[in-house]
Amino acid sequence: MNAARTLATARRVLRQLSHDPRTIALMLVVPCVLLTLLKYVFDASPRTFDSAGASLLGIFPLITMFLVTSIATLRERTSGTLERLLTMPLGKADLLVGYALAFGVVAVVQAALATGLVVAVLGLDVAGSAWLLLLVALADAFLGTALGLFVSAFAASEFQAVQFLPAVLLPQLLLCGLFVPRGDMQPVLHAVSDVLPMSYAVDGMTQVVHHTGVTGDFVRDLAVVAGCALLALALGAATLRRRTA
Amino acid sequence: MMNNNPGPAVEAAGLRVVRGGRTVLDDLAFTLPRGRITGLLGPSGCGKSTLMRALAGSQAHVTGTLTVLGRPAGHRDLRPRVGYVTQAPSVYGDLTARQNLDYYAAVLGIPRHDRAGHVDHVLHDVDLTSHADALAGNLSGGQRGRVSLAVALLGEPELLVLDEPTVGLDPVLRRDLWALFHRLADDRGATVLVSSHVMDEAERCHRLLLLRDGRLLAEDTPDALRERTGADTVEDAFLRLVDQADAEAAQAAGQAAGEAAGQAKEATTR
Repeated sequence: MNAARTLATARRVLRQLSHDPRTIALMLVVPCVLLTLLKYVFDASPRTFDSAGASLLGIFPLITMFLVTSIATLRERTSGTLERLLTMPLGKADLLVGYALAFGVVAVVQAALATGLVVAVLGLDVAGSAWLLLLVALADAFLGTALGLFVSAFAASEFQAVQFLPAVLLPQLLLCGLFVPRGDMQPVLHAVSDVLPMSYAVDGMTQVVHHTGVTGDFVRDLAVVAGCALLALALGAATLRRRTA
Repeated sequence: MMNNNPGPAVEAAGLRVVRGGRTVLDDLAFTLPRGRITGLLGPSGCGKSTLMRALAGSQAHVTGTLTVLGRPAGHRDLRPRVGYVTQAPSVYGDLTARQNLDYYAAVLGIPRHDRAGHVDHVLHDVDLTSHADALAGNLSGGQRGRVSLAVALLGEPELLVLDEPTVGLDPVLRRDLWALFHRLADDRGATVLVSSHVMDEAERCHRLLLLRDGRLLAEDTPDALRERTGADTVEDAFLRLVDQADAEAAQAAGQAAGEAAGQAKEATTR
């Protein structure tokens, strides 16, 4: 891995995004609009907004980054630029980490806007520090990027890539504790939810909402999310082949 | 540096490539001399692109010997030394021509303070200076192809593998690009392999490889090819070689069929 090439890749991805202001606006504005909508949907029960709002702060960066990354890397594969890069002195890690860094920057802005909005404007009741919410949101964005990079290897077209969102993320969304607390689920489903990374993304957020300090569970959740992201990145690197048929 | 490596730029022997169970290249043997322009000619689907991908190191299932600049093709040390242009332009449509080149230059390890100079130089080489700051996606197909070619010129590679770089370009541009290829070979000693299915471009090459159905029909200079076949143009020479090969194949098949028929007859009479 080479720092100059990794940073050049991150800068290139950001430059590509900068030519696409509509995508940037959608990535930044949509989560804020949805969270505002949620606030008024649960106008009658502020407690529900507190828990669901916190969960969604963790889920939005994951979903957005998953979608953007899987399409971006698929385009890189189909346009021939990936093949060209792999005939050049670019390490696979340079490419993957470059992508993760670039989308990480977008994730910071997205998470800062969303967190600022729910805490300062929508009045989400958070016991812990807003900085910790931001930290979890970043880890979740990193996870989304890594998963997107990984699954894009299995998509031959944009149609397929988009279908991976319901296939990979919606089961996690149903089981992550957003709709029903994980503890109340049927034992089999609870066990399944225990091995899905999004559960920890949401649990981490919930920890910050309910506890003032950094709890052991919070550290564990964050570590699981980061670990899953690194695993997905490593698997993604394994799907990049310099030689193809 | 070239004196340290006096051998040919590329040496192939018993080269075979299998794609999806089909043998695309079969038992190729050839050399590309250093500092020369070799044309790779043949009808579409004959295996030109596969051979170029093998040279660039992006083709899987390559067997036999393929030595590029003294190393096995695809060796990591070769990555900055070989420039490869695919048939479809592989550039980012949502970056400007200059931004594309700047990124690829960084990947090639050209130091930051030298990058702008290198980028300007190759933009000038492919005559795109006036479109440097247009998005590649907004350029015409031919212009986008030239951005892709400019990428391969970055870092002054010793071997250039160019897959149909002049397709769809007007005569003036084609002439200018061929002049550029000759400058690269003459002034910098670069070895150039250019594929084309347009036979009149063959006359501009120092040497030719004629490929058909994954097999090498001929490896020679344009003059020698014409002389050997008694043809006026390389196109005619190619056609005569194809007819000759077909006739030989038909004869061999006829003999085999004759033998088989004879054996069958023998079997029935027995």
